[in-house]
Amino acid sequence: MGEMEQMKKEAEALKTQIEAARKAVHDTDMASAASGVAPAPRVQLKTRKNLKGHLAKIYAMHWSTDNRLMVSASQDGKLLIWDSHTGNKVNAVPLKSSWVMTCAYAPSGNLVASGGLDNMCTVYNLKTPVIKTVKELDAHTGYLSCARFLSDTEILTASGDTTCALWDLETGKQKTVFLNHVGDCMCLSLSPDMNSFVSGACDSLAKLWDIRDGQCKQTFQGHTSDINAISFLPSGNAFITGSDDCTCKMYDLRADQEVIGYQDAALNSGVTSLALSMSARLIFAGYDDFNCNIWDSLKGEKVGVLSGHDNRVSCTGVPPDGMCVCTGSWDSFLKIWN
Amino acid sequence: MTINTLSQDGVQRQQMPCLTKMERMIISMQDPDMGIKLRNQRLLITVIPHAMTGVDIVEWLIKKFSISDEEALHVGQLFIKYGYIYPLKEPRNLILKADDSSYRFQTPYYWMSTRWPASELDYAIYLAKKNIRKQGELIEYEKECYNALHKRINHTWDFVVMQAREQLRASKQRRKADRIVLECQEQAYWLVNRPPPGTQDSIDHGPERRTMNTRVQLNAEFYKKEIEHNRISLARNRVKSSICLESYVKYCEQYQPHDPIMQGCLPSNPWITDDIMFWNMTSETVALPTKLRVERWSFCFMELLNDPMGRKEFLTYLEKEFSAENLCFWQACEDVRHGETAKIPEKVDEVYKQFLAPGASRWVNIDSKTMEKTLEGLKRPHRFVLDDAQMHIYFLMKKDSYPRYLKSELYKNLLARAIVPQETKKSVFPFMRRQRHSSPSPALATQTAEDDGKAKNSNSNSGTASRL
Repeated sequence: MGEMEQMKKEAEALKTQIEAARKAVHDTDMASAASGVAPAPRVQLKTRKNLKGHLAKIYAMHWSTDNRLMVSASQDGKLLIWDSHTGNKVNAVPLKSSWVMTCAYAPSGNLVASGGLDNMCTVYNLKTPVIKTVKELDAHTGYLSCARFLSDTEILTASGDTTCALWDLETGKQKTVFLNHVGDCMCLSLSPDMNSFVSGACDSLAKLWDIRDGQCKQTFQGHTSDINAISFLPSGNAFITGSDDCTCKMYDLRADQEVIGYQDAALNSGVTSLALSMSARLIFAGYDDFNCNIWDSLKGEKVGVLSGHDNRVSCTGVPPDGMCVCTGSWDSFLKIWN
Repeated sequence: MTINTLSQDGVQRQQMPCLTKMERMIISMQDPDMGIKLRNQRLLITVIPHAMTGVDIVEWLIKKFSISDEEALHVGQLFIKYGYIYPLKEPRNLILKADDSSYRFQTPYYWMSTRWPASELDYAIYLAKKNIRKQGELIEYEKECYNALHKRINHTWDFVVMQAREQLRASKQRRKADRIVLECQEQAYWLVNRPPPGTQDSIDHGPERRTMNTRVQLNAEFYKKEIEHNRISLARNRVKSSICLESYVKYCEQYQPHDPIMQGCLPSNPWITDDIMFWNMTSETVALPTKLRVERWSFCFMELLNDPMGRKEFLTYLEKEFSAENLCFWQACEDVRHGETAKIPEKVDEVYKQFLAPGASRWVNIDSKTMEKTLEGLKRPHRFVLDDAQMHIYFLMKKDSYPRYLKSELYKNLLARAIVPQETKKSVFPFMRRQRHSSPSPALATQTAEDDGKAKNSNSNSGTASRL
C-alpha cells in the first residue's frame, strides 16, 4: 500500500504544479483578446437538402475531400455514399455487423472505413467494379468509436478498450498503439500536418499524441464528463472538444491549457458532435436535445441554432471548402444547411 | 451519449432534457381552462372518459404557438413517440392522425421522466399478466421476450408470477371502464419502452460506456508512467495565452473572407442556387484561378503547397531560380511518408540517388549534421527516415524562396489576372426554372444594417455588372 500511495501522491503533486505553471502563463482570456473583433451576426441557416435513405439511426458521417461526396453509417447495417449535392446515393455498402458507430472517407476518395461494436475496423475499396472489403482490422478489444484515414495506406482508430491505434493497411496490423487513457476513447482528430492527433475519452481528458513515436505529448483536463467530439483547428495550434458535461472547450497546444469554454446555463444536454466553419469562427455543435447550436468561437456566444431533427444529432460535418454544414441524426435523416 | 444515470461524483444527471420541455407542454395542454377540451369517447361498447381527437391536438398546438399545420402535426407526433399521448383505436400504430381518431394523455405515473429506465422486472410482470389473461396467446416478439426474461431472471420468477396474479386480481375489482383505461395506459407505456422489432426505438441511448474502465489497471506501473509524463509536462515551455489567442484571432480574421458560411461566396453557393459554377471555377485543372485562391497562397507556406496549382506555379518560379530541386525533394519525401510501406526502401533509395548522393543530378543543400544523420538512417529505411532532411529543405524554402516568390512578377501577375467571379444575377426571363442569384450570406443578414463602414470584403453583394 505504501509505495503505490506514495506514487499516487507524487503524481498528484506534479499535477498541481503543472496547473500552477499553466495559470502563470494565462495572462489573458479570449474575451479580452477578441474584444476588438465585431461580433458574428445571428446566423440563420436553412435546410438545403434532406437526405433520406437510411432506415435506422445514423451514427456517423464524413465528407470526402472533393466537397460533394460523403459517407454515412447507420444501424440499419449500411454505409451509404451520397452525392450530397444531387441527393443521389452513389453506393450502398452492406455491413457485416449492423452495430456501426463510425465511418471515414479516405482523402484520396478510394476507400471508406466503418467500425463499431464488432471491435473491428473494416476498410472497403470503392473503386473496384463491385465494392470489396480490402481489410478487416481486428485487434481492438473494445468497440470502435472513431476512425480516420491518413492516406490509402494508414488509418487511425479510437476504441472503447481505451487505446488508439495506427494501422498499416497493407499488412492489416497495428503499427503503433497509443496507450494512456483510462476511459473509453470516443473520438480523435488529425492535425493538419498529420504528425500528431488528439483524442478524447470517457476519462474527461483530451490527449495529444505524436504519430511517429507513439507517445502522449500533452494531456488536457477541464471537462467533467465523457468527451464525445474533438476537432483540430485548421491552424493546427488548438482544438475544440465537446462533452457530455454540456460544454465545448477550446484548448491551445502552445499554452497547454483551456483558453475558452462554450456553455450556457439553459443548455443541459450533452454535446455529441462538432464541426468548424472554414475560418474556425463558427462552431457547429450537435446536442442530445435534437438541436445543433452555432457558437461564435471568438466571443463565446451562441449565434444560431439548427433545429429540425426529430432525435439526437449524432454527427456533424463541414466539407473542406466550408460551403455548408451537414447534420446526421438518430431520426435517420441527414440535413445539409447553409 | 451515455446511459449512466450517475456521473462519477454520484450526481444524478438529467435524462433527455427535451422531455422536460415536452412535459411542460403536456401539462398546459391538460389545463382545465386553456387546455384541450376532453370528452368521452366510445371504444367498442365501453365509454372512455377524458379523450380527445387528433384534430383537437393539432388545432390546439396551432392556436397556442401560432405555427403551421405541418409543424403542429410534427410536434404532436413527438408526444406520441415519447409516450405522453397514446392512440385508443390502434394502439400499436404510434402516429398522430389529424382526424377524429381518439387519443388520450398518458398518466404521469408512466411518463418517461419518472419511469426510466423501464425495469426488466416490471416488463416480466406485464408479460406474465398478459400471458395469464390471454392464456398463453402472446404476440410473437412478446413470447420471445417472455421466454428470454424467464431464463434471465429465473430466480425471481415466483415473485413475478405472484405479482402478476395479484395485479390481475386487484384490477378485476375495478369498474370496467377504469380497468380498460389502466390496461391502455400500461400497454402504451410498454409499446414505447419495449417497441416491437422493426419499429423505431425512440428512447434508445446508444451503446453502454464504462467510465472507470476495468481494463486499465491503476497499479504501480501506471503511476510510474504518470509521474514520468507529468515531469515532462511540467518542464515544457508554455506560451502566454495572450500570444496564442492573438494569433487565433488573426487567423479568423484573415480567413473570414474565405469562409462561405460567414461571408457568402461568388459566383454563388452551389447549395443555395444549385449552380455548380463555383466548383468548376475552383477545380484543380482550371486555366485561370480565382483571386481568393491566389490570395490564400500568401497566408502561409502550407497553403501554397497544399494547392496543386500553387505548387505548380511555385515550381515554375523555382526553376527560374535554379532551385527547383528543393521542391521536388520535398514532394518525394511526402511520397515516402504517405505511400505504401512495401515501396519505402526503393523510394528512399531513389531519393538518395537523385538528391542526396555526392554528385547527384539534383543535389539539395542540407547542412552536414542533418546529412550525416540522414545517411545513417538510410541504412535502415523507414517511413520517417527523411523527415529531418525534409524539414531542413522545407524551412529553407519557407524562409527564402517563398517570400521572394510572393514579391515576384510571376505571382503578382497571376494575382492581377486572377478572376473575381461575377455574382450570378437573376435572369430576366420569367420562365427560367430557378432563381440564380446568390443569396446574401446568411451571416450578413443583420450585419449590413449595422455596420456599413466595417465591411472588409469588396466581393459581397455590392452591385456587379449583370449578365444574361
